[in-house]
Amino acid sequence: MSDQSVTEFKAESPALEAWRMFRRNIPAVIGVIMLMVIVGATLYGTFLYGGDPFEIVWAPHEPPGVTPEFPLGTDYLGRNIVAGMLTGGGPTLAVGLAAAALTMVIGISLGALAGYYGGWVDNLLMRITEFFQVLPALLFAMVLVTLLSPSLWTIALAIGVVSWPQTARLTRAEFLKIKELEYVTAARAIGARNKRIIWKVILPNAAPPLIVSATLTIGVAILFEAGLSFLGLGDPNVMSWGLMIGANREYILDAWWPVTFPGLAIFFTVFAVSLIGDGLNDAFNPKLRER
Amino acid sequence: MNTSYILRRLFYGLLLMLGVVVLNFLLIRLAPGDPAVVIAGEMGGATEEMLESIREEYGLNKPVLTQLGIYIANVAQFDLGESFFFNQPVTTLIGHRIGPTILLVITAQLLSIVLGVFLGVIAARKPNGPMSAFVSVFATIGYAVPVFWTGIMLIILFASVVPIFPVEGMQSVKLRDAGFFVKALDVLHHLILPAFTLAIIYLAQYARLSRASMLEVLGSDYIRTARAKGASEGSVLFKHALRNAALPILTVAGLQFGNLISGALLVETVFNWPGMGRLAFDSILRRDYPTIMGVLFFASFMVVVANILTDLSYRLADPRLRGR
Repeated sequence: MSDQSVTEFKAESPALEAWRMFRRNIPAVIGVIMLMVIVGATLYGTFLYGGDPFEIVWAPHEPPGVTPEFPLGTDYLGRNIVAGMLTGGGPTLAVGLAAAALTMVIGISLGALAGYYGGWVDNLLMRITEFFQVLPALLFAMVLVTLLSPSLWTIALAIGVVSWPQTARLTRAEFLKIKELEYVTAARAIGARNKRIIWKVILPNAAPPLIVSATLTIGVAILFEAGLSFLGLGDPNVMSWGLMIGANREYILDAWWPVTFPGLAIFFTVFAVSLIGDGLNDAFNPKLRER
Repeated sequence: MNTSYILRRLFYGLLLMLGVVVLNFLLIRLAPGDPAVVIAGEMGGATEEMLESIREEYGLNKPVLTQLGIYIANVAQFDLGESFFFNQPVTTLIGHRIGPTILLVITAQLLSIVLGVFLGVIAARKPNGPMSAFVSVFATIGYAVPVFWTGIMLIILFASVVPIFPVEGMQSVKLRDAGFFVKALDVLHHLILPAFTLAIIYLAQYARLSRASMLEVLGSDYIRTARAKGASEGSVLFKHALRNAALPILTVAGLQFGNLISGALLVETVFNWPGMGRLAFDSILRRDYPTIMGVLFFASFMVVVANILTDLSYRLADPRLRGR
């Protein structure tokens, strides 16, 4: 180390420090690269296969690697699996992101109010949270989707409505901890209002665990969407990985490929997201890295 | 353990169930169209006579609050209405299906806790050893695999490559007249794949959790004392440390129960397991709302019971909580 670097020492911002940690975390970087490849393939694939992934293009159950035009083979109707893989990722990812965003918005709002105000507000909101935790999430989402008739938006809405309780609890716990700290008292002393303290003072300081939780929520939401589409409760007019598995389910003993590839796609997407989530977690909590 | 705590806990559970009933009531009204038609199911076969009898039974001509009252009173008598598709009372229908679901869910829960904790404890002995690495990798993979896909992959594997486990249903038809013991073994044989499929996700989570929890406990003074007085390694790990590391595991096990039921829904569909999840799937496809609502009610009921049991066992496991 040269003298210069000592004399020019500057304090690093926490975000920058976290980024530096994250960058050194090999699994997390692999996760980012995997996710970029998957997102790139689904974006590019939609253009590449401008045609209809539902279109029957060849004989049914063509095994992978036999015909160069259909490297992953065809399904039970003779639809191109590569086309399904490329176009089916978009809806899955979009629903996952939208549902996770909704989950975070509901969870953070309710958790922040409960943790900050305490008393009867906390009591009421926590009872509501417990109530939602009693309902088996997938079953409740199935009921909501059926009642509202399935489309990408109602699916995202249903997933969001059933998955916020954990985020609310986490946010509440963070708020309970942070609101006792001196800088919050200081903010109040200079006359900041509750609204400002909640959103501008406490929330940014509660951000690290919430960002990690948001990442993991995306993974859970993707699995959720896949499960619903698998059961045939997705939008029937939109190709998705879950739908491909569900549609070909009856024929798994005749052909393994139509269900295996979409499943791998879901797995690698969620795996990438959770590697990133773990990496962020480590980056924000350097002390926990040994665990 | 004091009785007033148990009573309070039971009362609270009852309130939660009342909430579920009100939610069910609201959901039926959320569906577009005439509630009587919704209840009869969108089969198109409902006669005007049938609709009239539904209106009568649910009091659909009366004010909304009276309707809610009638609905709650019916549910309190375990009358969840009639399934017009299966042509049976919903409670009878669920009565036949709840046993297999409980069997599947409890087996998966025990399997995942026992194996997961065992893996976690072994990994905790060497925080940087290969077992620890295996547990972290396995936990991340287990979290990312869609449970229905794991089931399908296992079916492909065990149906064609190594056919040692049955891949469908709960009983073999050819053993219909066999004795009880043979039948029980047959059910267990059928149970292996679905239970294992469902257990994998949670197994990985328990392994990771118990490893972290054990690492925390293993650093404490009483563990050093136990070692100093010459306790064997097995006794230190499983008696002294695990008892203290068990609380977080128990908490998660209680919270996981609802997710386990959601997972069972998918697993039952994949393996044709004749439980409530399979029933939910069938009734949703047919828009048989009384049955769907009945399944939602009983599934929530199972979660409430599991939560109460977790709370109570929590107090048994930790004497410090008993006085409260």
